[in-house]
Amino acid sequence: MPWIDACATTDIDEEDLIRWDHAGKTFAIYHSPDGEFFATAGLCTHENVHLCDGLVMGNLVECPKHNGQFDYRTGEAMRAPVCVNLRTFPVKVEGDRVFVEVA
Amino acid sequence: MSNRDYSLFGPDAKRAVESGLTAAEWYHTEVPRKVMKDLMARSDQPAIRDTIIYYGSMILLAGIGIALWPSLWSIPFWLAYGVLYGSASDSRWHECGHGTAFKTPWMNDVVYQIASFMIMRNPATWRWSHARHHSETYFVGRDPEIAVMRPPEVAKLILNFFGILDVIAFVPRILRNAISGPTPEERTYVPHSEWGKVQRAAIVHVSIYAATIGLAVGTGSILPLMVIGLPRMYGAWHHVMTGLLQHGGLADNVIDHRLNSRTVHMNPISRFIYWNMNYHVEHHMFPMVPYHALPRLHEVIKHDLPPPNRSIAEAFREMWPAIKRQVMNQDHFIRRDLPPTAKPYREDFHHYVPGMMPPSAAE
Ligand code: FES
Repeated sequence: MPWIDACATTDIDEEDLIRWDHAGKTFAIYHSPDGEFFATAGLCTHENVHLCDGLVMGNLVECPKHNGQFDYRTGEAMRAPVCVNLRTFPVKVEGDRVFVEVA
Repeated sequence: MSNRDYSLFGPDAKRAVESGLTAAEWYHTEVPRKVMKDLMARSDQPAIRDTIIYYGSMILLAGIGIALWPSLWSIPFWLAYGVLYGSASDSRWHECGHGTAFKTPWMNDVVYQIASFMIMRNPATWRWSHARHHSETYFVGRDPEIAVMRPPEVAKLILNFFGILDVIAFVPRILRNAISGPTPEERTYVPHSEWGKVQRAAIVHVSIYAATIGLAVGTGSILPLMVIGLPRMYGAWHHVMTGLLQHGGLADNVIDHRLNSRTVHMNPISRFIYWNMNYHVEHHMFPMVPYHALPRLHEVIKHDLPPPNRSIAEAFREMWPAIKRQVMNQDHFIRRDLPPTAKPYREDFHHYVPGMMPPSAAE
Protein backbone atom coordinates (compact mmCIF):
# COMPACT_ATOMS: atom_id res chain seq x y z
CA MET A 1 0.00 0.00 0.00
CA PRO A 2 1.75 3.18 -1.08
CA TRP A 3 2.31 6.18 1.17
CA ILE A 4 1.63 9.29 -0.86
CA ASP A 5 3.07 12.70 -0.07
CA ALA A 6 -0.17 14.69 0.22
CA CYS A 7 0.64 18.15 1.57
CA ALA A 8 2.77 20.20 3.94
CA THR A 9 1.83 20.34 7.61
CA THR A 10 1.48 24.08 7.24
CA ASP A 11 -1.11 23.71 4.47
CA ILE A 12 -3.82 22.96 7.03
CA ASP A 13 -4.62 25.28 9.92
CA GLU A 14 -5.13 23.68 13.30
CA GLU A 15 -8.73 22.51 13.75
CA ASP A 16 -9.34 22.57 10.02
CA LEU A 17 -9.27 20.36 6.96
CA ILE A 18 -8.40 20.48 3.28
CA ARG A 19 -9.50 18.57 0.24
CA TRP A 20 -6.87 16.37 -1.38
CA ASP A 21 -7.48 14.65 -4.70
CA HIS A 22 -5.38 11.70 -5.73
CA ALA A 23 -5.69 9.12 -8.50
CA GLY A 24 -9.24 10.07 -9.33
CA LYS A 25 -10.36 9.94 -5.71
CA THR A 26 -11.07 12.72 -3.28
CA PHE A 27 -9.94 12.75 0.35
CA ALA A 28 -10.13 15.05 3.35
CA ILE A 29 -7.03 15.65 5.48
CA TYR A 30 -7.48 17.05 8.98
CA HIS A 31 -5.25 18.90 11.40
CA SER A 32 -6.65 18.27 14.87
CA PRO A 33 -6.51 20.79 17.74
CA ASP A 34 -3.86 18.53 19.35
CA GLY A 35 -1.62 18.94 16.31
CA GLU A 36 -2.28 15.47 14.88
CA PHE A 37 -3.16 14.70 11.26
CA PHE A 38 -5.88 12.37 9.97
CA ALA A 39 -7.37 11.44 6.60
CA THR A 40 -10.79 10.26 5.52
CA ALA A 41 -12.75 9.84 2.32
CA GLY A 42 -13.53 13.30 1.01
CA LEU A 43 -17.26 12.90 0.41
CA CYS A 44 -19.99 12.74 3.00
CA THR A 45 -21.67 9.32 3.16
CA HIS A 46 -25.10 10.93 3.21
CA GLU A 47 -25.25 12.67 -0.15
CA ASN A 48 -21.69 12.77 -1.46
CA VAL A 49 -20.96 16.37 -0.59
CA HIS A 50 -17.33 17.47 -0.25
CA LEU A 51 -16.47 17.68 3.44
CA CYS A 52 -13.73 20.24 2.79
CA ASP A 53 -16.27 23.07 3.07
CA GLY A 54 -17.38 21.79 6.46
CA LEU A 55 -16.39 22.70 9.97
CA VAL A 56 -13.90 20.95 12.24
CA MET A 57 -14.87 21.15 15.91
CA GLY A 58 -12.52 19.23 18.18
CA ASN A 59 -12.48 15.69 16.81
CA LEU A 60 -15.61 16.12 14.73
CA VAL A 61 -16.13 17.27 11.20
CA GLU A 62 -19.53 18.68 10.29
CA CYS A 63 -20.80 18.30 6.74
CA PRO A 64 -21.68 21.59 5.07
CA LYS A 65 -24.92 20.31 3.53
CA HIS A 66 -27.10 18.94 6.35
CA ASN A 67 -24.84 19.29 9.38
CA GLY A 68 -24.21 15.55 9.75
CA GLN A 69 -21.10 14.88 11.86
CA PHE A 70 -18.30 12.32 11.84
CA ASP A 71 -15.45 11.62 14.23
CA TYR A 72 -12.68 12.03 11.68
CA ARG A 73 -10.25 9.93 13.75
CA THR A 74 -12.39 6.80 13.40
CA GLY A 75 -14.80 7.81 10.64
CA GLU A 76 -17.73 7.07 12.95
CA ALA A 77 -21.04 8.73 12.00
CA MET A 78 -21.97 10.82 15.03
CA ARG A 79 -25.00 12.88 14.10
CA ALA A 80 -27.98 12.46 11.78
CA PRO A 81 -28.55 12.59 8.89
CA VAL A 82 -25.32 10.65 8.44
CA CYS A 83 -25.73 6.97 9.31
CA VAL A 84 -22.88 5.33 7.38
CA ASN A 85 -19.34 5.66 8.71
CA LEU A 86 -16.66 7.46 6.74
CA ARG A 87 -13.67 5.53 5.46
CA THR A 88 -10.40 6.51 7.15
CA PHE A 89 -6.81 6.23 5.89
CA PRO A 90 -3.52 5.97 7.81
CA VAL A 91 -1.49 9.15 8.00
CA LYS A 92 2.13 9.80 8.97
CA VAL A 93 4.11 12.99 9.24
CA GLU A 94 7.74 13.10 8.14
CA GLY A 95 9.45 16.42 8.60
CA ASP A 96 6.98 18.99 7.44
CA ARG A 97 5.19 16.66 5.03
CA VAL A 98 1.95 14.72 5.54
CA PHE A 99 1.74 11.26 3.95
CA VAL A 100 -1.46 9.30 3.41
CA GLU A 101 -1.56 5.58 2.84
CA VAL A 102 -4.16 5.19 0.13
CA ALA A 103 -5.61 1.78 -0.41
CA MET B 1 -48.51 25.36 -19.04
CA SER B 2 -47.28 22.34 -17.14
CA ASN B 3 -49.18 20.70 -14.30
CA ARG B 4 -47.10 20.04 -11.23
CA ASP B 5 -47.42 16.79 -9.34
CA TYR B 6 -46.05 17.19 -5.82
CA SER B 7 -46.38 13.54 -4.87
CA LEU B 8 -43.04 12.02 -3.83
CA PHE B 9 -43.96 9.06 -6.03
CA GLY B 10 -45.28 11.03 -9.03
CA PRO B 11 -43.95 11.75 -12.53
CA ASP B 12 -42.31 15.04 -11.51
CA ALA B 13 -40.35 13.25 -8.79
CA LYS B 14 -39.14 10.76 -11.39
CA ARG B 15 -38.35 13.47 -13.90
CA ALA B 16 -36.31 15.47 -11.37
CA VAL B 17 -34.08 12.43 -10.83
CA GLU B 18 -33.84 11.40 -14.47
CA SER B 19 -33.04 14.90 -15.71
CA GLY B 20 -30.10 15.20 -13.32
CA LEU B 21 -31.70 18.02 -11.34
CA THR B 22 -31.39 16.20 -8.02
CA ALA B 23 -27.70 15.52 -8.62
CA ALA B 24 -26.78 19.01 -9.77
CA GLU B 25 -24.55 21.27 -7.71
CA TRP B 26 -26.09 24.38 -6.12
CA TYR B 27 -24.70 27.82 -6.67
CA HIS B 28 -22.65 29.30 -3.82
CA THR B 29 -21.25 32.76 -3.39
CA GLU B 30 -17.47 32.62 -2.92
CA VAL B 31 -16.48 33.33 0.67
CA PRO B 32 -12.84 33.07 1.81
CA ARG B 33 -12.33 30.02 4.01
CA LYS B 34 -11.11 32.01 7.01
CA VAL B 35 -14.16 34.28 6.92
CA MET B 36 -16.48 31.31 6.55
CA LYS B 37 -14.82 29.46 9.42
CA ASP B 38 -15.37 32.47 11.60
CA LEU B 39 -19.03 32.68 10.55
CA MET B 40 -19.60 28.97 11.13
CA ALA B 41 -18.08 29.03 14.63
CA ARG B 42 -20.48 27.72 17.27
CA SER B 43 -21.30 29.31 20.58
CA ASP B 44 -23.77 28.50 23.37
CA GLN B 45 -24.10 32.00 24.72
CA PRO B 46 -26.57 33.66 22.27
CA ALA B 47 -28.91 30.67 22.22
CA ILE B 48 -28.83 30.24 26.02
CA ARG B 49 -29.74 33.91 26.41
CA ASP B 50 -32.54 33.63 23.84
CA THR B 51 -33.82 30.36 25.28
CA ILE B 52 -34.04 31.79 28.80
CA ILE B 53 -35.98 34.77 27.45
CA TYR B 54 -38.13 32.44 25.34
CA TYR B 55 -39.16 29.86 27.93
CA GLY B 56 -39.21 32.50 30.69
CA SER B 57 -41.70 34.59 28.67
CA MET B 58 -43.83 31.54 27.95
CA ILE B 59 -44.06 30.60 31.63
CA LEU B 60 -44.86 34.17 32.61
CA LEU B 61 -47.50 34.68 29.91
CA ALA B 62 -49.19 31.32 30.49
CA GLY B 63 -49.09 31.96 34.26
CA ILE B 64 -50.88 35.29 33.84
CA GLY B 65 -53.30 33.74 31.35
CA ILE B 66 -54.17 30.99 33.82
CA ALA B 67 -54.46 33.48 36.71
CA LEU B 68 -56.87 35.67 34.74
CA TRP B 69 -58.84 32.78 33.25
CA PRO B 70 -61.70 32.86 32.24
CA SER B 71 -61.73 36.66 32.14
CA LEU B 72 -61.40 38.33 28.75
CA TRP B 73 -58.39 40.13 30.20
CA SER B 74 -56.47 36.90 29.75
CA ILE B 75 -56.80 37.10 25.93
CA PRO B 76 -53.76 39.28 25.17
CA PHE B 77 -51.59 37.01 27.29
CA TRP B 78 -52.82 33.92 25.48
CA LEU B 79 -52.22 35.60 22.12
CA ALA B 80 -48.63 36.40 23.03
CA TYR B 81 -48.10 32.95 24.58
CA GLY B 82 -49.63 31.38 21.47
CA VAL B 83 -47.13 33.04 19.14
CA LEU B 84 -44.23 31.80 21.24
CA TYR B 85 -45.74 28.31 21.39
CA GLY B 86 -47.15 27.97 17.87
CA SER B 87 -44.64 30.06 15.89
CA ALA B 88 -41.33 30.53 17.72
CA SER B 89 -41.26 26.73 18.18
CA ASP B 90 -40.96 26.45 14.39
CA SER B 91 -37.69 28.37 14.28
CA ARG B 92 -36.33 26.57 17.39
CA TRP B 93 -37.21 23.26 15.78
CA HIS B 94 -35.45 24.42 12.66
CA GLU B 95 -32.22 25.77 14.13
CA CYS B 96 -31.80 23.02 16.69
CA GLY B 97 -32.60 20.44 14.02
CA HIS B 98 -29.63 21.75 12.09
CA GLY B 99 -27.63 21.53 15.31
CA THR B 100 -26.28 25.03 14.87
CA ALA B 101 -28.17 27.02 17.53
CA PHE B 102 -26.04 25.84 20.47
CA LYS B 103 -22.49 24.63 20.50
CA THR B 104 -23.35 21.89 23.01
CA PRO B 105 -25.16 19.02 21.25
CA TRP B 106 -27.50 18.05 24.12
CA MET B 107 -28.81 21.61 24.32
CA ASN B 108 -29.76 21.48 20.64
CA ASP B 109 -31.40 18.09 21.21
CA VAL B 110 -33.47 19.16 24.23
CA VAL B 111 -34.80 22.32 22.57
CA TYR B 112 -35.40 20.37 19.34
CA GLN B 113 -37.52 17.76 21.11
CA ILE B 114 -39.61 20.36 22.97
CA ALA B 115 -40.04 22.47 19.83
CA SER B 116 -41.05 19.43 17.74
CA PHE B 117 -43.75 18.66 20.26
CA MET B 118 -45.08 22.21 20.28
CA ILE B 119 -45.06 22.61 16.49
CA MET B 120 -46.65 19.14 16.10
CA ARG B 121 -43.95 17.44 14.10
CA ASN B 122 -42.54 14.04 14.74
CA PRO B 123 -38.92 14.85 15.66
CA ALA B 124 -37.67 11.66 14.04
CA THR B 125 -39.28 12.20 10.63
CA TRP B 126 -39.11 15.94 10.13
CA ARG B 127 -35.34 16.00 10.59
CA TRP B 128 -35.13 13.92 7.41
CA SER B 129 -37.71 15.82 5.44
CA HIS B 130 -35.79 18.96 6.23
CA ALA B 131 -32.56 17.41 4.96
CA ARG B 132 -34.39 16.75 1.69
CA HIS B 133 -35.71 20.32 1.70
CA HIS B 134 -32.09 21.50 1.78
CA SER B 135 -30.78 19.11 -0.87
CA GLU B 136 -33.65 19.64 -3.24
CA THR B 137 -35.21 22.95 -2.28
CA TYR B 138 -38.44 23.48 -4.19
CA PHE B 139 -37.90 20.60 -6.60
CA VAL B 140 -41.41 19.52 -7.49
CA GLY B 141 -42.05 15.95 -6.31
CA ARG B 142 -38.84 15.83 -4.25
CA ASP B 143 -39.06 18.53 -1.59
CA PRO B 144 -41.55 17.44 1.07
CA GLU B 145 -41.68 20.94 2.63
CA ILE B 146 -43.11 23.06 -0.18
CA ALA B 147 -45.38 25.59 1.52
CA VAL B 148 -47.00 26.99 -1.62
CA MET B 149 -47.77 24.31 -4.15
CA ARG B 150 -48.86 25.46 -7.59
CA PRO B 151 -51.50 26.25 -8.49
CA PRO B 152 -51.82 27.74 -5.01
CA GLU B 153 -55.01 27.06 -3.07
CA VAL B 154 -55.43 30.43 -1.45
CA ALA B 155 -58.18 29.26 0.93
CA LYS B 156 -55.85 26.58 2.26
CA LEU B 157 -53.04 29.09 2.76
CA ILE B 158 -55.39 31.28 4.76
CA LEU B 159 -56.72 28.36 6.86
CA ASN B 160 -53.16 27.53 7.79
CA PHE B 161 -52.67 30.91 9.39
CA PHE B 162 -54.68 29.21 12.16
CA GLY B 163 -52.78 25.94 11.82
CA ILE B 164 -56.00 24.20 10.81
CA LEU B 165 -54.71 22.08 7.95
CA ASP B 166 -51.43 21.32 9.71
CA VAL B 167 -53.27 20.03 12.77
CA ILE B 168 -55.75 18.07 10.66
CA ALA B 169 -52.80 16.44 8.86
CA PHE B 170 -50.86 15.92 12.09
CA VAL B 171 -53.44 14.00 14.10
CA PRO B 172 -53.87 10.93 11.87
CA ARG B 173 -50.15 10.93 11.03
CA ILE B 174 -48.94 10.91 14.62
CA LEU B 175 -51.50 8.25 15.53
CA ARG B 176 -50.35 6.16 12.61
CA ASN B 177 -46.69 6.71 13.55
CA ALA B 178 -47.50 5.62 17.12
CA ILE B 179 -49.22 2.47 15.92
CA SER B 180 -47.06 1.37 12.99
CA GLY B 181 -44.07 3.72 12.54
CA PRO B 182 -43.48 5.93 9.48
CA THR B 183 -46.03 6.22 6.67
CA PRO B 184 -45.07 4.88 3.21
CA GLU B 185 -44.23 8.43 2.08
CA GLU B 186 -42.05 9.05 5.16
CA ARG B 187 -40.24 5.81 4.42
CA THR B 188 -38.92 7.39 1.20
CA TYR B 189 -36.75 9.79 3.16
CA VAL B 190 -36.37 8.33 6.67
CA PRO B 191 -33.69 5.63 6.77
CA HIS B 192 -34.80 2.22 7.99
CA SER B 193 -32.57 2.42 11.05
CA GLU B 194 -34.64 5.37 12.33
CA TRP B 195 -38.11 3.89 12.00
CA GLY B 196 -38.19 2.75 15.63
CA LYS B 197 -37.44 6.30 16.78
CA VAL B 198 -40.34 7.61 14.69
CA GLN B 199 -42.70 5.30 16.56
CA ARG B 200 -41.27 6.00 20.03
CA ALA B 201 -41.46 9.78 19.58
CA ALA B 202 -45.05 9.47 18.35
CA ILE B 203 -46.03 7.43 21.41
CA VAL B 204 -44.61 10.15 23.68
CA HIS B 205 -46.48 12.92 21.83
CA VAL B 206 -49.76 11.01 21.76
CA SER B 207 -49.44 10.25 25.49
CA ILE B 208 -48.98 13.93 26.38
CA TYR B 209 -51.99 14.95 24.31
CA ALA B 210 -54.08 12.15 25.81
CA ALA B 211 -53.15 13.30 29.33
CA THR B 212 -53.97 16.93 28.47
CA ILE B 213 -57.33 16.02 26.93
CA GLY B 214 -58.03 13.79 29.94
CA LEU B 215 -57.29 16.70 32.27
CA ALA B 216 -59.54 19.01 30.24
CA VAL B 217 -62.40 16.49 30.34
CA GLY B 218 -61.80 15.77 34.03
CA THR B 219 -61.85 19.43 35.01
CA GLY B 220 -64.58 20.35 32.53
CA SER B 221 -62.41 23.19 31.18
CA ILE B 222 -60.45 23.84 28.01
CA LEU B 223 -57.77 25.59 30.07
CA PRO B 224 -55.29 22.65 29.84
CA LEU B 225 -55.66 22.79 26.06
CA MET B 226 -55.08 26.54 26.06
CA VAL B 227 -51.63 25.72 27.46
CA ILE B 228 -50.88 22.57 25.42
CA GLY B 229 -52.16 21.92 21.90
CA LEU B 230 -54.46 24.82 20.98
CA PRO B 231 -51.70 27.47 20.88
CA ARG B 232 -50.39 25.56 17.85
CA MET B 233 -53.50 26.97 16.17
CA TYR B 234 -54.17 30.34 17.73
CA GLY B 235 -50.47 31.24 17.64
CA ALA B 236 -49.53 29.78 14.26
CA TRP B 237 -50.03 32.92 12.19
CA HIS B 238 -46.54 34.34 12.64
CA HIS B 239 -44.66 31.27 11.47
CA VAL B 240 -47.04 30.86 8.54
CA MET B 241 -46.56 34.51 7.60
CA THR B 242 -42.78 34.26 7.69
CA GLY B 243 -42.76 30.75 6.25
CA LEU B 244 -44.69 31.78 3.14
CA LEU B 245 -42.14 34.47 2.48
CA GLN B 246 -39.26 32.00 2.42
CA HIS B 247 -39.95 30.76 -1.09
CA GLY B 248 -43.46 31.92 -2.03
CA GLY B 249 -43.91 33.17 -5.60
CA LEU B 250 -40.30 32.41 -6.53
CA ALA B 251 -38.89 29.89 -9.00
CA ASP B 252 -39.04 26.13 -8.51
CA ASN B 253 -36.78 23.44 -9.97
CA VAL B 254 -33.70 25.67 -9.96
CA ILE B 255 -30.33 25.18 -8.31
CA ASP B 256 -29.60 28.71 -7.20
CA HIS B 257 -31.04 29.78 -3.86
CA ARG B 258 -30.98 33.38 -5.02
CA LEU B 259 -33.80 32.42 -7.40
CA ASN B 260 -35.96 30.37 -5.07
CA SER B 261 -35.49 31.93 -1.61
CA ARG B 262 -36.21 35.33 -0.16
CA THR B 263 -34.33 37.44 2.38
CA VAL B 264 -36.50 40.00 4.17
CA HIS B 265 -35.48 42.64 6.68
CA MET B 266 -37.76 42.35 9.71
CA ASN B 267 -38.51 44.07 12.98
CA PRO B 268 -36.58 42.80 16.03
CA ILE B 269 -39.58 41.01 17.60
CA SER B 270 -40.24 39.01 14.44
CA ARG B 271 -36.54 38.27 14.19
CA PHE B 272 -36.55 36.91 17.75
CA ILE B 273 -39.60 34.75 17.02
CA TYR B 274 -38.11 33.64 13.70
CA TRP B 275 -34.54 33.34 14.98
CA ASN B 276 -33.10 35.29 12.05
CA MET B 277 -34.44 32.93 9.39
CA ASN B 278 -35.47 36.08 7.53
CA TYR B 279 -31.93 35.74 6.10
CA HIS B 280 -33.24 32.85 4.12
CA VAL B 281 -31.06 32.91 1.02
CA GLU B 282 -28.04 33.06 3.29
CA HIS B 283 -29.31 30.16 5.41
CA HIS B 284 -29.93 27.94 2.41
CA MET B 285 -26.64 28.74 0.79
CA PHE B 286 -24.68 28.13 4.01
CA PRO B 287 -26.69 26.00 6.45
CA MET B 288 -23.62 25.67 8.68
CA VAL B 289 -23.81 29.28 9.77
CA PRO B 290 -25.72 29.63 13.07
CA TYR B 291 -28.72 31.94 13.27
CA HIS B 292 -26.84 34.54 15.31
CA ALA B 293 -24.17 34.92 12.59
CA LEU B 294 -26.60 35.30 9.68
CA PRO B 295 -26.67 39.11 9.79
CA ARG B 296 -22.86 39.08 9.49
CA LEU B 297 -23.04 36.56 6.65
CA HIS B 298 -25.54 38.80 4.90
CA GLU B 299 -23.05 41.67 5.01
CA VAL B 300 -20.33 39.45 3.53
CA ILE B 301 -22.35 38.14 0.56
CA LYS B 302 -25.02 40.77 -0.10
CA HIS B 303 -23.15 42.03 -3.18
CA ASP B 304 -24.00 38.70 -4.81
CA LEU B 305 -27.67 38.48 -3.76
CA PRO B 306 -30.86 40.11 -4.94
CA PRO B 307 -31.62 43.10 -2.69
CA PRO B 308 -33.63 41.93 0.34
CA ASN B 309 -37.21 43.05 0.84
CA ARG B 310 -37.26 45.91 3.29
CA SER B 311 -40.13 44.72 5.46
CA ILE B 312 -42.66 41.93 5.89
CA ALA B 313 -45.33 44.16 4.33
CA GLU B 314 -43.17 44.96 1.32
CA ALA B 315 -42.34 41.28 0.83
CA PHE B 316 -46.05 40.39 0.92
CA ARG B 317 -46.76 43.10 -1.62
CA GLU B 318 -44.25 41.37 -3.89
CA MET B 319 -45.32 37.80 -3.17
CA TRP B 320 -49.10 37.89 -2.91
CA PRO B 321 -49.87 39.09 -6.46
CA ALA B 322 -47.50 36.41 -7.81
CA ILE B 323 -49.29 33.72 -5.81
CA LYS B 324 -52.61 34.95 -7.16
CA ARG B 325 -51.27 34.84 -10.73
CA GLN B 326 -50.01 31.31 -10.15
CA VAL B 327 -53.61 30.27 -9.53
CA MET B 328 -54.25 30.82 -13.24
CA ASN B 329 -50.73 30.21 -14.54
CA GLN B 330 -48.70 27.85 -12.44
CA ASP B 331 -45.52 28.50 -14.44
CA HIS B 332 -45.51 32.12 -13.33
CA PHE B 333 -42.82 33.16 -10.86
CA ILE B 334 -40.99 36.27 -9.66
CA ARG B 335 -37.55 36.65 -11.06
CA ARG B 336 -35.50 38.77 -8.71
CA ASP B 337 -32.92 41.12 -10.17
CA LEU B 338 -29.32 40.81 -9.09
CA PRO B 339 -27.10 43.82 -8.38
CA PRO B 340 -24.37 44.56 -10.96
CA THR B 341 -21.78 43.21 -8.49
CA ALA B 342 -23.38 39.74 -8.49
CA LYS B 343 -22.47 36.70 -10.55
CA PRO B 344 -25.30 36.29 -13.08
CA TYR B 345 -27.79 33.46 -12.85
CA ARG B 346 -26.68 30.52 -14.96
CA GLU B 347 -29.70 30.26 -17.20
CA ASP B 348 -28.56 26.91 -18.55
CA PHE B 349 -28.56 25.54 -14.99
CA HIS B 350 -32.22 26.28 -14.61
CA HIS B 351 -33.80 24.32 -17.39
CA TYR B 352 -33.20 20.77 -16.41
CA VAL B 353 -36.86 19.96 -16.33
CA PRO B 354 -38.33 20.72 -19.74
CA GLY B 355 -41.30 23.00 -19.69
CA MET B 356 -41.10 23.66 -15.98
CA MET B 357 -39.76 27.15 -15.94
CA PRO B 358 -39.89 28.92 -19.29
CA PRO B 359 -38.20 32.31 -19.00
CA SER B 360 -41.33 33.92 -20.43
CA ALA B 361 -43.15 33.00 -17.22
CA ALA B 362 -40.97 35.30 -15.17
CA GLU B 363 -42.00 38.80 -14.22
S1 FES C 1 -24.58 15.44 2.61
FE1 FES C 1 -23.51 15.39 4.44
S2 FES C 1 -25.00 15.47 5.95
FE2 FES C 1 -26.12 15.38 4.11
